[in-house]
Amino acid sequence: MLPLELRDVCYAANGKVILDRLTVRIDAGPRTMILGPNGAGKSVLMRVCHGLLRPTSGALRWCSSSGARRQAMVFQRPVMLRRTAIANVIYGLELSGFSRRESALRAHDVLEAVGLETAAHQPARKLSGGEQQRLALARAWALGPEVLFLDEPTANLDPRSTRDVESIITAIHATGTKIVMTTHNLGQARRLGDEILFMSEGRLVERASVDVFFREPASAEAKAFIKSELPWQ
Amino acid sequence: MNDVGRAFAEAFGMIGRLDAQLVDIVALSVQVSLTAVVVAALIGLPLGAALAVERFPGRQPLIVFLNALMGLPPVVVGLLVYLLLSRAGPLGDLGILFTPAAMIVAQAVLVTPIIAALSRQTLEDTWTEYEEQLRSLGASRASAALTLLWDSRFSLVTIVLAGFGRAAAEVGAVMIVGGNIEGVTRVMTTAIALETSKGDLPLALGLGLILIALVIALNAVASVIKELAVKRYG
Repeated sequence: MLPLELRDVCYAANGKVILDRLTVRIDAGPRTMILGPNGAGKSVLMRVCHGLLRPTSGALRWCSSSGARRQAMVFQRPVMLRRTAIANVIYGLELSGFSRRESALRAHDVLEAVGLETAAHQPARKLSGGEQQRLALARAWALGPEVLFLDEPTANLDPRSTRDVESIITAIHATGTKIVMTTHNLGQARRLGDEILFMSEGRLVERASVDVFFREPASAEAKAFIKSELPWQ
Repeated sequence: MNDVGRAFAEAFGMIGRLDAQLVDIVALSVQVSLTAVVVAALIGLPLGAALAVERFPGRQPLIVFLNALMGLPPVVVGLLVYLLLSRAGPLGDLGILFTPAAMIVAQAVLVTPIIAALSRQTLEDTWTEYEEQLRSLGASRASAALTLLWDSRFSLVTIVLAGFGRAAAEVGAVMIVGGNIEGVTRVMTTAIALETSKGDLPLALGLGLILIALVIALNAVASVIKELAVKRYG
């Protein structure tokens, strides 16, 4: 279904322009990190791509609109249903049309892959924040998405849980899923990213490989952003 | 011993030996109100869920209207159902006026808005939390509504029990459409009203005590369920 093309996409809410004539093409393959200061429109861009928000104007086109929605999203705060961990994964699978039996099998496998097999039958909301985020990743991964959107998936986590989540994201990418992610953690962007989309005030300001972006950012905004996030450099 | 003391003693005596008249009245009360609440829940819960997840023009006024219906005076409901079911009324052919069926209809009319309005509020709070995630997973509005109902089931039990309490405790509606006929449509509240005016305080008191106990028990059950659910599912 990739590449995904956005042409002149605008999004406005309550009279405030959040995405401003944004044109971008997201290709299969490289892990894309979306960076930018607060209010740049990163989260909104991902929600527009994922289909949760409808652009106010402009066009959004997937290469193939092959019936099934082969995409998933993980949010900053994981939303867990009031049921067991494995039931949360099965819920997503059954909504995507997997049979009850196959859902159970896949759910079991994916919980093992994120290291939650022992917590499978615990109530999801009783898990720790880090475990809940791993469960959210498992729920998305189980669907076998072609694209996975992640909105600051480690923003609320401690360093240990952050490492766990990062290694799961790496594993998901290794199975052939395109990663599109926002983060405020520049170290994380460097570790997990192949390319950077840098946004400011609803516009795409700069696009570069991770190396190039951090070594010599082209735009003044990106220079200022990196400097403000890493003042000791 | 004074009159009140004697009445209390006799009332406890009636409860203690399971006085036949008392038991019949309590049984009919519970049967009528329970049936009414089941009917009200079958209508009110899906209505509440639909209002929680759907967005359409006129939704807000509808919610205000529904909330207002929670305060419907039982006697007015009784009057409307009476008009509906009376011989000359549009549903007069059913011939159920002055039967327990009419009382069930009246109480269901009274309780449905309560269950719908309260469940709408609860389910909408859950929807606020779940919406993006469920839409991301590809849930349709209908399956999202079912998910909300299931995930909020323990809060909904509390709401349904509140509805039962309201039904069992009201007197105006069942009095009008039931007629308070002894052995046929006499329930706890209508019996209390009648026996008190007749001066038969022990029976009235006995029924009153049972009614209060019932309401307390329902609230206890509701709070225990809620607490267990929070402990178990967070």
